[in-house]
Amino acid sequence: MLKIFVARTQQGHRTMKYPDAPPPAMPDRFRGRPAISAQKCPDGCQDCAQACPTGAIALTDKVRIDMGKCLFCADCVNACPERAITYTGDYQLAARKRQSLVIEQGQNEADLWAALDARLKKLFGRSLKLRQVSAGGCNACEADVNVLGTIGWDLGRFGIQMVASPRHADGLLITGPVTQNMELALKKTYDAVAAPKIVIAVGACAIAGGPYIDHAEVRNGAEAIVPVDLYVPGCPPHPLTILDGLLRLIGRIEDGTRQTPQS
Amino acid sequence: MSFDSPNLATLINGRDILLDSIPMLSLDVLADTMVAAVAAGQRVASMFAVSTEDAQQAAEMYVILADDHQSRLFGARARIEGGEFASLTPRCPQVQLFEREMAEQFGLKPLGHPWFKPVRYRRSWTGRDAWDRPADQAILPGVGDFYSIQGDEVHEVAVGPVHAGVIEPGHFRFQCHGEQVFHLEIALGYQHRGVEEALIGGPTKRSMHYAETLAGDTTIAHGTSYCQVLEALGGCQKSARAQSLRGIALELERLANHVGDLGALANDVGFLPTSSYCGRIRGDFLNMTALLCGSRFGRGMIRPGGVGFDVDDARLTELLHRLDTAEKETASAVNLLWDTPSVMARFEATGPLPRQVAIELGIVGPAARASGLARDARHDLPSGIFHFAHLPVSTFDAGDVFARAYVRWLEIQQSIEFIREQCRAMPSGAAQVAVGELAPNSLAIAINEGWRGEVCHVAITDGNARFARYKVVDPSFHNWSALAYVLRNQQISDFPLCNKSFNLSYCGHDL
Ligand code: SF4
Ligand code: SF4
Repeated sequence: MLKIFVARTQQGHRTMKYPDAPPPAMPDRFRGRPAISAQKCPDGCQDCAQACPTGAIALTDKVRIDMGKCLFCADCVNACPERAITYTGDYQLAARKRQSLVIEQGQNEADLWAALDARLKKLFGRSLKLRQVSAGGCNACEADVNVLGTIGWDLGRFGIQMVASPRHADGLLITGPVTQNMELALKKTYDAVAAPKIVIAVGACAIAGGPYIDHAEVRNGAEAIVPVDLYVPGCPPHPLTILDGLLRLIGRIEDGTRQTPQS
Repeated sequence: MSFDSPNLATLINGRDILLDSIPMLSLDVLADTMVAAVAAGQRVASMFAVSTEDAQQAAEMYVILADDHQSRLFGARARIEGGEFASLTPRCPQVQLFEREMAEQFGLKPLGHPWFKPVRYRRSWTGRDAWDRPADQAILPGVGDFYSIQGDEVHEVAVGPVHAGVIEPGHFRFQCHGEQVFHLEIALGYQHRGVEEALIGGPTKRSMHYAETLAGDTTIAHGTSYCQVLEALGGCQKSARAQSLRGIALELERLANHVGDLGALANDVGFLPTSSYCGRIRGDFLNMTALLCGSRFGRGMIRPGGVGFDVDDARLTELLHRLDTAEKETASAVNLLWDTPSVMARFEATGPLPRQVAIELGIVGPAARASGLARDARHDLPSGIFHFAHLPVSTFDAGDVFARAYVRWLEIQQSIEFIREQCRAMPSGAAQVAVGELAPNSLAIAINEGWRGEVCHVAITDGNARFARYKVVDPSFHNWSALAYVLRNQQISDFPLCNKSFNLSYCGHDL
């Protein structure tokens, strides 16, 4: 017993102050929201789009990167002769609309910032119970969702909780590209959640198929089966990216406020 | 005991060999050779089919055998004509899942297989179906026969695919009498996303990313294995620096997962102090990986020809500093387990895996070592930095949940020491070099000791040096059978604890 007390003192209090204080520092090599300087692109160059493993880059009149498909692997950065693409440390990537994940140079960032509408916010703003469904993928997204439950992040203090049954849930948090073999289970789980309900797609897989995009065995993301209310890009998204998305969704972070991590 | 046979080609971990140098045996001779080799202490590291030009008529079967004590690897093959072969499972139980996989992927029937069921519930790659199911019949996961026990007081408990926690999908069927479990059968395949099939014809720009996401918590071990296969085929010499950095990343991966597992085991017996501390410290180790490469799971760290990110002295100093802190905190959190009688009472004698059963099932990793088997690829089949840095093999003989937990604790301490040594004596050299043209008509093998156990990748190239076959064996593929075994005669309420003590991968199995 004494040893338990000693350990308790050694381990200290570890729950972060965020969002009342700045979020924890991100690793300097973290790859967040891409920035594009298309004026550097040589005429006719296709190198980034050709290097991209998931077809996330479209080169038409402009360079567009679809963060929903992006693995944040930086293969495009390494392929670019002019360093026209860089990955910034901006971890705030979640969006309410699928289209908002497609970014281009100088794009207005405001549409990344909408919370739930007033009715849903009133319902879920102070208590949001989620049933997680893992539907393919590599399990790294699940792992970093789980991290939010550890003492450092303590998701419970925001009234957000992962629950054991869809019957107890206000919505689903889906990871994975939705394999054929999980399609029915996902549908049944969604149907078992009482309306009104929300769906959160976490990770490139759940948004667009991830590394497995267009495999016959997958459905290219949750949207093929259920309507999605929040998209959290990344492969996997950093826990802070997921938390930021959840907090903005329930209105715990004001629309439009940017938060700079500790340095 | 050593076993040598002219029927087997010697393979070297991290090297390639011309296909022509691998003996083509008859199916009977291959079967007898495997049985003799396994009787002499070898185990089946991989076994798979490969299409031939006349895929409708014939296929080839490849077998990779590992001799852990002699630090040797062997390969052989045989031609399967007419879509069927005699199952070896009755004589060599550890091939049971490999044979089912060959049946599912290629429509090859293993005649006499004692429990002939699909593995991942999908159509075959060849259009031939080993179960003769009509083409228009849907294949539903987990649907089919399950082992069942009849009797007035016997009942069946079915769990999954969607579980209570934030975990991957799988279906578990328990045959119980009250609390007591007679038998557990596990049906997987829900995570099947077609990666092995998609690797054929590669390498492509996706291959590296497939490797990194075969099992997301084993990104480094799978990524390294994939790169070693390419490097073997390309005759590429990596720098000592790149190998050292790969080793550091591999051990950080082990640390994060082992510490997380000890926390999860504590949670499953309701001992919250260690559960909370380890849950957090696991994150500290993940963040050390992110310090190296920006990703907590090591995405981007391992790249063909070396590593994607180099380190300078300041970064190594920071890593060492964080390692010191995490070491102290881990010790304080983990040692509570062994000092707490209520924890030990639940860990000890729960879910025992006898040594002999571990041998017969071909179990790998900490689970094998906890049953007294000195099996560790870092020691027995070293590649990369492990040729030079020798880690002792941590074993324990009880085979129970406690042993599987304690082996992890021993390994945590060694991994920390290993990383420290590597950081202090980081060799110079290029982070990454070019791989070169891949060799055609060859087989390359790479084995690494991931945190769950042996990760084995085998590539076979065609005449154009493209992958004609790429075979992945995640340690979970071997070890799920051990989890099913240890539940026998246990209380069903001990399932979560037994399950956590293996912590197997669904996606690594389902591919
Ligand atoms: S970072 Fe994203 S856009 Fe760039 S190559 Fe990788 S997946 Fe494609
Ligand atoms: S998005 Fe990436 S990290 Fe998440 S499950 Fe898919 S492959 Fe894994």
